[in-house]
Amino acid sequence: MRFDLQIIASWIEKGSKVLDLGCGEGDLLYFLKQNKGVKCTGIERKESRVARCIEKGLSVLQGDINEEVFDFPDNTFDYVVLSQTLQQVYEPSELIESLLRIGKKGIVSFPNFSYWRVRLQLLLTGYAPITRQLPYEWYNTPNIRVITLKDFRKFSKEVGFKIVNEVAVNSHSYDRSGKIIKFLPDLYATYGIFLIGQDK
Amino acid sequence: MSEYIEHDKAGVSVGLVEKKSYTFAEPPNEMILECGAKLGPITIAYETCGKLNDDKSNAVLICHALSGDSHVAGYYSEDDSKPGWWDIMVGPGKGIDTDKYFIICSNILGGCMGSTGPCTYHPKTVEPYGHNFPVVTIGDMVRAQKALLGHLGIKKILSVIGGSIGGMQVLEWSVRYPEMVVSAVPLATTTRHSALAIAFNEVARQAIMTDPNWNNGDYYAGPKPDIGLAVARMIGHITYLSDESMRLKFGRRLQDKSDFSFNFDADFQVESYLRYQGAKFVDRFDANSFLYITKAADYFDLEKQHGSGSTVKAFSKTGAKFLVVSFTSDWLYPTYQSKSMVKAMKKNGLDVSFCEIEAQWGHDAFLLPSERLTLLLRSFLESTYSENRKE
Repeated sequence: MRFDLQIIASWIEKGSKVLDLGCGEGDLLYFLKQNKGVKCTGIERKESRVARCIEKGLSVLQGDINEEVFDFPDNTFDYVVLSQTLQQVYEPSELIESLLRIGKKGIVSFPNFSYWRVRLQLLLTGYAPITRQLPYEWYNTPNIRVITLKDFRKFSKEVGFKIVNEVAVNSHSYDRSGKIIKFLPDLYATYGIFLIGQDK
Repeated sequence: MSEYIEHDKAGVSVGLVEKKSYTFAEPPNEMILECGAKLGPITIAYETCGKLNDDKSNAVLICHALSGDSHVAGYYSEDDSKPGWWDIMVGPGKGIDTDKYFIICSNILGGCMGSTGPCTYHPKTVEPYGHNFPVVTIGDMVRAQKALLGHLGIKKILSVIGGSIGGMQVLEWSVRYPEMVVSAVPLATTTRHSALAIAFNEVARQAIMTDPNWNNGDYYAGPKPDIGLAVARMIGHITYLSDESMRLKFGRRLQDKSDFSFNFDADFQVESYLRYQGAKFVDRFDANSFLYITKAADYFDLEKQHGSGSTVKAFSKTGAKFLVVSFTSDWLYPTYQSKSMVKAMKKNGLDVSFCEIEAQWGHDAFLLPSERLTLLLRSFLESTYSENRKE
């Protein structure tokens, strides 16, 4: 399982109810179901991935995360996970709001755009940065937003939610391993993972 | 639904099966139908395959669509030319595995394949019911199936599975008898017919009723309304296909000729296909049953019947786990109809999975060989079975 998903999994309590927005082939949910007795639901756009999830015995809905979040009643889930998807969302504040309506807690992860290699590439080459975490050209990237760890903290204050926990990591997106970055995370982390809750 | 029945390519089959029947609601204990009429005795034809386990936790009920019957899989005899209508899905090691589950499929009330319907003899008049057969509903069909399950000693159904009108029965089961239904799989279906679906059914019914041989439904002693029924079937077939599937299957190709005949013979392959399907259908199906079953489908309205107009309220009555499947090219019961039931299930916090399968074959896709559907059903049943045993 991806390193950031391992960290996310470690945050989730046994026996809780989890919704994974953009769950892919259900790696995280399957792990949680097998190891933590979690009651899982996933949302995924692609038919073949939905089918893979159902084959693993997971409950998954085929659809667009931005629309599917609307139908769940308030506080349906203990955790709603949005891993490495925020940078592709058209209306992030609306989605975060829905996420904290239907879930008691949210877990959001995204690639850190203030990673030193990103900064250096732009500074030295003048081209839009291409990294292992953001491996696309400007014209074919699904990542329509660039977010830094600092941006997300600022966003939390502006939108009005609470950051309960945050971990900065350095890993390749397909790497099973990585490390937690404590020294200058804004500079050295490739990903940020945030546990968020309602600001009350 | 169309017929695509052929021998399993790998030769895998559940083997010989036997059609049985169960009769209940003997007068004076007739069943009171939704329309208020009394009906009895009622006979339900059914078939089973696989073995019921000791704790009776592996029963799977399959509900057939308009033109199906209790013969879901296997063969009646060694030299039978065709297996049951869903033999590709039901059998040893198949999507619905007869080595693991006890499968029950019964002919619907109002049908013509062994269950009580308009062509059955009226107990008092010793003539077929004909137009005296009361209008039955999807709810009545499900109540009759419930009686059969009672007779078989089954109190819990691991899964109720069905497509199209069979899917309506699945939905009805889930809200009418929630205590019995562990999981439900409505395929290519809807909680209520659209105007489009009702319109096609009405044209099909008109084709039958305007056939002079129909004679107000009393034709059993004389010539049958074959032409009307064949046209009705042709209309049905159009709705089961799709623009794309017709284009691929027929295009504008001509049937056994190189130019137009300049008369009204079947020039195009699609014409010839529809005529063939229509003619074949009249040999095995009763025109009155066609009328009654399509009417039941048109009347079906889960939200009105079980939710005072609200789909969300209707699904609040069930706790079943759902797998909802639609097909991209199904224009009879398009995906938006499946999505709206999924929405209502979500609002009730139900455990639901939804998959829209990419398929070009229109509504009929649920009957055609599909690795995807096979895998979905197999894994859904497996996980439901193991979760159910844990609880």
